[in-house]
Amino acid sequence: MRFWRKAFVIVWKDIISEIRTKETISSVLVFAILVIVIFNFAFGANQETMISVAPGILWVTFAFAGVLSLNRSFIVEKEEYCLEGLMACPVSREVIYVGKMLGSLLFMLFIEAIVLPIFALLFNLAVLSPQLITVTFLTTLGFVAVGTLFSALAVNTKARELVLPILFLPIVAPIIICAVNASGLALAGEPWSSLSSWLQIIVAFDIIFLVASFLVFTFVIEE
Amino acid sequence: MKDAGSSPQAWAIEISRLTKSFGNHLALGGIDLKVGRGQTLAIFGPNGAGKTTLIKVLSTIMNPSSGEVLVDGLDLKNSAQEIRPRIGVVTHQTFLYSNLTAYENLQFYSRMFDVPNFKERIHQVVAMVGMTPRLYDRVGTLSRGMQQRLSIARALLHKPAIMLLDEPETGLDQQAVSMLWRSLKEEELEQRTVIFTSHGLERGLDVCDYVVILDQGKIVFEQPSKALDLAGLRHAYQDSTEAAE
Repeated sequence: MRFWRKAFVIVWKDIISEIRTKETISSVLVFAILVIVIFNFAFGANQETMISVAPGILWVTFAFAGVLSLNRSFIVEKEEYCLEGLMACPVSREVIYVGKMLGSLLFMLFIEAIVLPIFALLFNLAVLSPQLITVTFLTTLGFVAVGTLFSALAVNTKARELVLPILFLPIVAPIIICAVNASGLALAGEPWSSLSSWLQIIVAFDIIFLVASFLVFTFVIEE
Repeated sequence: MKDAGSSPQAWAIEISRLTKSFGNHLALGGIDLKVGRGQTLAIFGPNGAGKTTLIKVLSTIMNPSSGEVLVDGLDLKNSAQEIRPRIGVVTHQTFLYSNLTAYENLQFYSRMFDVPNFKERIHQVVAMVGMTPRLYDRVGTLSRGMQQRLSIARALLHKPAIMLLDEPETGLDQQAVSMLWRSLKEEELEQRTVIFTSHGLERGLDVCDYVVILDQGKIVFEQPSKALDLAGLRHAYQDSTEAAE
């Protein structure tokens, strides 16, 4: 319980800080909506084309918006010299990882909750199916699990904004590909059974990378 | 430090053969040092001497490359998490979030350190550093000196037995500097051990029990402060740092 209580204290701090400035949320939202609008204009009003390209557009938007937000996750700590303050707290490094990861997860889910209805409106697609919501949640979890680790890794490099996408996107490419396929099936109204093989891969990715990132984080944060 | 008593419990900090390197650069080159409980140790030295690195290692923010460090009898490598509640750290970086208010910052650290009755304690430490009128202001709107006062309050929140201060007087006016040293000794923890780094030889000599001069990652001079006057310390500083060059 103590572990989770401390992790949620970090989440609370990140949420309050973001609510105050709205720095990351505003830029990520503007970026995500712009991408969707541009793609909407690019592919015109042909519904068949829309259905085939929509999952790709959706996950390109989420992936790049996610990179933007994950980049900020540890940069804020570093810029304010608070990372060392966190490291001097009597908690394991894993608590810091889980706290930052949950903060980023909530942040991305919030962005997705705003972007999805706009996406549905512009592309004239029914996105609020339980299948698509499940795919979105599980993929975001895996994405953020890896992203938090790489964000901590990149924060100690000079070109940190460039380093994160270069290191991180190849690692998450498999889960994004699975998400695109699963989302395509969900948008086409397919039942759970046809999505299950993609969902299994996504869940496996989540478990593997959550555990691996959790274990490796200590070594990444300590130099 | 030689006058802390001979029993192992008498030492708050025991350092032997401590090294820390960054790539090829040796920041700490084999430090041996013991600090007794309730004593105040001043570490002087030129820029790049290794003072900040030593404080970071002792505060568990940074891992040593080799050597042994015992804090309150606990091994730094294996018991870092148990050591952290016993330590308060003040550096020239405040560890405060500029978008949060002073109160929210202290609330955050209170929760991280499991401070009992933290609301009461926050008001207590804030009063101690003279920041009560600005408690609900965002840290970003406070002056550098005020942020440093708040950083001292943050470090005192959990009543640490050992205070590690890395150039704590940065940005503080004379009144705040006096307040800093008063507040470190004022609380019921009379046995509080203080290790601080400074460039101010006069002030440092006034408040410490023991003096260490560090240069190029090595202790080049150490002596009890009683045996030194300011001129002697200046002389020792100049001699030892020049000799090391």
